[in-house]
Amino acid sequence: MEIVLFLFIAPVLAAVIQPAIRTIRSRSIAAVGSAIVISGGVIALFFLDIKESPAFFTAHSNAVNMAVLAGEILLSVYVVITGLKHKRYLAVLLMLAQIAIILGLELFYGDRLSAAHNLFLDRFSIIMAFIIGIIGSLIMVYACGYMKDFHTQHPEVRDRSSFFFIVCYLFLASMFVLVFANNLVWLHFCWELTTLASFLLIGYADTDEAVNNAFTALTMNLLGGLAFAGGIAYLCVAHGIVELDRLLAMNKYSVVLPVVLLSLAGITKSAQLPFSGWLLGAMVAPTPSSALLHSSTMVKAGVYLLLRLSPLLAHTLTGSMVTLVGGASFLVASLIAVSQRNAKWVLAYSTVANLGLIVACAGIGSAGTLWAGIFLILFHAVAKSLLFQSVGTVEHRLHSRDIEDMDNLINRMPRVTAMMVVGISGMFLAPFGMLISKWAALKAFIDIDSMLGLVLIVLLSYGSAATLFFWTKWMGKIISMKNKKIESGNMDAAVSRQELSSESIHAVLTVVLCLAFPLISQLLVEPYVSRISGIDYGIARGNYVIMGIMVSMLIALPVIIIRLQRHAQFVMSDGYTSGHTVSSDRHYIGSLGIDRKISMKNIYMKEYFGEKKIFAAGTAAGILFIIAMVAGALI
Amino acid sequence: MSFIAKSPWILHYDGSSCNGCDIETLACLTPVYDIERFGVINTGNPKHADILIVTGSVNHQNRDVLLNIYNQMPDPKAVIAVGICAITGGIFAECYNVLGGVDKVLPVDIYVPGCAARPEAIIDGIVKAIGILEMKHQNMRIKSKWRLRWPWKSELKFSY
Amino acid sequence: MKIILGVILYIVAAPLVGGILAGIDRVLSAKLQSRVGPPLLQPFYDVLKLFEKRTMIVNRFQNAYAWCHVIFMAMTGAFFFEGGDILLAVFALTLAGIFLILGAYSSNSPYSYLGAERELVLMLAYEPMVILTMVGMYMVAQSFSFMEIAASQRPIILYLPGVFLGFLYILPMKLRKSPFDISSSHHAHQELVRGLTSDFSGSMLALIEIAHWYETTLLLGLVYLFFSFNPVVGVCAAFGTYFLGILVDNSYARLKWELAFTSAWGIALVLGGGNLAILYFIAGG
Repeated sequence: MEIVLFLFIAPVLAAVIQPAIRTIRSRSIAAVGSAIVISGGVIALFFLDIKESPAFFTAHSNAVNMAVLAGEILLSVYVVITGLKHKRYLAVLLMLAQIAIILGLELFYGDRLSAAHNLFLDRFSIIMAFIIGIIGSLIMVYACGYMKDFHTQHPEVRDRSSFFFIVCYLFLASMFVLVFANNLVWLHFCWELTTLASFLLIGYADTDEAVNNAFTALTMNLLGGLAFAGGIAYLCVAHGIVELDRLLAMNKYSVVLPVVLLSLAGITKSAQLPFSGWLLGAMVAPTPSSALLHSSTMVKAGVYLLLRLSPLLAHTLTGSMVTLVGGASFLVASLIAVSQRNAKWVLAYSTVANLGLIVACAGIGSAGTLWAGIFLILFHAVAKSLLFQSVGTVEHRLHSRDIEDMDNLINRMPRVTAMMVVGISGMFLAPFGMLISKWAALKAFIDIDSMLGLVLIVLLSYGSAATLFFWTKWMGKIISMKNKKIESGNMDAAVSRQELSSESIHAVLTVVLCLAFPLISQLLVEPYVSRISGIDYGIARGNYVIMGIMVSMLIALPVIIIRLQRHAQFVMSDGYTSGHTVSSDRHYIGSLGIDRKISMKNIYMKEYFGEKKIFAAGTAAGILFIIAMVAGALI
Repeated sequence: MSFIAKSPWILHYDGSSCNGCDIETLACLTPVYDIERFGVINTGNPKHADILIVTGSVNHQNRDVLLNIYNQMPDPKAVIAVGICAITGGIFAECYNVLGGVDKVLPVDIYVPGCAARPEAIIDGIVKAIGILEMKHQNMRIKSKWRLRWPWKSELKFSY
Repeated sequence: MKIILGVILYIVAAPLVGGILAGIDRVLSAKLQSRVGPPLLQPFYDVLKLFEKRTMIVNRFQNAYAWCHVIFMAMTGAFFFEGGDILLAVFALTLAGIFLILGAYSSNSPYSYLGAERELVLMLAYEPMVILTMVGMYMVAQSFSFMEIAASQRPIILYLPGVFLGFLYILPMKLRKSPFDISSSHHAHQELVRGLTSDFSGSMLALIEIAHWYETTLLLGLVYLFFSFNPVVGVCAAFGTYFLGILVDNSYARLKWELAFTSAWGIALVLGGGNLAILYFIAGG
């Protein structure tokens, strides 16, 4: 309980001290300090509270409830004023409807709103706290270095760094409460806080595009927030409950409508298909906020809620529709990612895809899918955060986000490239986390033994093929290597210490998590899954051995081979260019003896995976599934 | 006997030939002559090849290309000049752009005369080149003591 | 102990089987073209010769990629035959393939680069069918273990005829044979020289060749699984498939990558997905 409060207060304090900070140096000291404190809190939470989980805390206080209410009102006033200023009436309308519901509840059913247990803690929340605390605060360390470069390179953007840091830390604080909240009203308040925070972060640059995209994000998430509020209102009025644990204990057929509404909120937040637009638009934000939105906060809140609800979704129409939305998002986003050459867009689509997989897992709601879903959240957070950070670093050095410009990056920025390679491998290669989770998801889909499972298997097999394709071609681009003798200039030196250290810790985490994965599974995930599903769930131990062998080989082999061949002298030569070679820098002698450059571009298959066509189809499918879900609940 | 004798892979380079010798070289691969009996493969990639077959004379334009290709063949390797043009420049020897035979640029091991050289002669040349390859391989073995070049015990750096 | 012996046996025997199969391929191809052809053991001579040659490299990382390729390829097979999870093994196989592609990318030369791109397109094309095949096997045999599937008395082919045909279709892609030899073919005199392996030479090329033998054995092992109810039929079917592959290799021109990709995805969906859907219906009804 104390640690949970501590985890909330620490980021708030970090936010509060920001206005007093003047120099970059003191800011990074503050960021490192808060990263250490928050990570310490998370680790303490793991060691001290794991035994007693699940634990419920009363934490009853009228003052807090009033503060939440006041916060909701303040938040809505702010959104309404900003909305009116920018003439975004839809957002204003959604906000007003939402606050009307909350106020109405408070006025007419105020007595029912006091929860028996406001906070709780279980193994799933510990994993989420790990992601928010460690990944989130590391991103803030990274941001210290990044924002300095950002403002040097974009003089047109007004420097509001301390505002940026305040919003980010408040974001982390609200995420912490979100994963520990048992009281749905509190959960909803934090939900709206994250919406607002993402709105502020996306609009940071204050250009027309940024403001526009920020409002898209706001509108879509307010729609989800409205659905959330509606769900709470229904639950409160019809069943008199405002607690998550009591909702989960209900018969799933008596709470169909509120579950549909809450799932809708989860789907908007996790940027599933008809609502994917906001996450893609969020790419205009500075990279640390993208990393934050994609890995540890915001979208993870959506899938967190859906995974929590997944026992209520299992074997229902709602669940099937949620699954289909997720599956469709996975396939469509993976296919579109093939056609993207902007690194951040590839990352964004891959996020939508992976979230889709998690959503699909949540919708199925069996023990296997729950296991896979939680691991997907964990591994995705680390690898994606690493990738966003390294792309941000590279962007500041190359002044481009285009993957085609990252040719021979290994010569120019060896350290950053190495970390990027770890991140990319973490996203799709065999012994790394994401693939293991995908493998588990595939097995779980087979085991549910229904037509829905088959549909998902087909979606997954095609989507994974596309995933494999776009990651490998990116990795190939950055590792293609010029001869040492060609001087290319090492740009690693210009990368700030904060960025490099955060990225290195992420890279180490990616690998360590894979090695520690059986441990995490046994200590945290398997007990949680067994408790929720009521069956003793576990992965066959033999597979752990195989994975362990593979991970250790993958780490050891290149080192051993390069060491063994240290003294071996090979004949060095250039790549073969039909005898016209000048250098391995892809130059050759053309006719009349002119030195010409060969440029190699990746295949993007735009004619098959064109963004517009597929995205439209996917959106249509998503809308259809959601209509079916709502209609099913109403009937 | 070393394995290089059992699997000599060739690379065919057309200098400025009239295509007569090229046709005859390719004829070696056809069912009539079937040079694959000796394990010969026409690789088309210097990095995989053991024997470089050059047809036609060398001119100022392709001199560097020929050198480049030769340098990209790993040792041991042999060069065969096929046809009179590749040997001396032939009837093109006096042309303003022609340097002369292949040996103006590369160390040629086997000369296969003829205009055009007959497939039988070319096959004979390849078989002779195999002997030379083996000899070169022996010399390499004496230098590096290893019969097989184990990938982790590779040999001294070779300078062109 | 038995497992360790099995793994060692596999690691030693698989390349021998694969090499002899490659030799048979070359002899048969020669006969089909009414030539005499090389000796049966020619592939072994080739590889041993490559070890005798000096190794020419573009950069040192290339070697690490080639080594990882062959080691993971051998390991995949070991997983398979010691009874590991076939789905996991397929992912390991993919990892091995990725190493070769990365090695080609790493060399930074246009031909290798193009070969790597095309190999990736092929991977994109065959991956769905491979996963569907594994899923189908699991549905019939109720196990992901290679040994248990092999020991299963059910004639898997009768349950999965569509999946088998789909698997046959993608087999030439994996074996890099015509009509899908678009990333690298046995004979390098084509527009992309040798594609993937253009810039590997000497011992590194030999390693890649050995990895290819492992892969051949492994894939034929998968074909065997379809007929595992009777070992004799199974072995015959595996070899029959290989000979069919040789016949097709010799009689078809290569396809463009667009056609390879679209046809493979279509076939995986119709034959693979359709077959599984029917299985689900039968199981459900």
